[in-house]
Amino acid sequence: MSEIQRQFDSVAVQEADFDVGDEIATLSAGRADVGAVASFVGLVRADKLSGEGSAVSAMTLEHYPGMTEKSLEAIVTEAYGRWSLLGTRVIHRFGRLVPGDRIVFVGVASSHRGDAFAACEFIMDYLKTRAPFWKKEDTPEGGRWVDAREADDSAAARWDAWD
Amino acid sequence: MSVKVLYFANLRETLGYSHETLTLPAGIATLGDLRAHLAHRGGVWEALGEGRNVRAAINQEMVGPDVAVADRDEIAFFPPVTGG
Repeated sequence: MSEIQRQFDSVAVQEADFDVGDEIATLSAGRADVGAVASFVGLVRADKLSGEGSAVSAMTLEHYPGMTEKSLEAIVTEAYGRWSLLGTRVIHRFGRLVPGDRIVFVGVASSHRGDAFAACEFIMDYLKTRAPFWKKEDTPEGGRWVDAREADDSAAARWDAWD
Repeated sequence: MSVKVLYFANLRETLGYSHETLTLPAGIATLGDLRAHLAHRGGVWEALGEGRNVRAAINQEMVGPDVAVADRDEIAFFPPVTGG
């Protein structure tokens, strides 16, 4: 399998939950060159994002089928260009999720921890501002679309200084 | 020139459409032209008006207003993304 093919296979946009342990284990399974695996798991929080007003009882994640996968693949490809990586896995769920549910998984394998830590954070920061997902929160007052946060733009922008 | 236009999230709800196929009148060359053309429908379509925080993609690539539109393009309008 080509390097590019391997990167693209590592992206999944799905309704189903995932097993964090399995995903982490798969990143280094059967290989002796991986010295570090860094991972991030994003979860639905009851007071998600808005921080004020009513508690969130559930949220629905909408996405743009086709573009969402492509944008995640592009982010992973960019990470491969910036760091020395041996494997990646990005899973993002869509549909209805409740507090405590997993939303997103990013796992990165490399020889040394520096590359794994940095690439994992980079992928998350870029995903937050570039991958077409939209959250709608359910509250006692009805549905409420989540507003984009400037802090996410700043988090993504700090990686540009590396160019 | 005919294009497919998709709308997502609160924009889809506001407009009441998830997609439409449009035959564009002469004079629409760029994404910005198309957006202004749609906003000109008035009413709920003013959600696409100047100054509104709307992002767009052509053929599933996020692009700016100066990019040219071509026959059979898939064009999408949506609010800033909030995944992760």
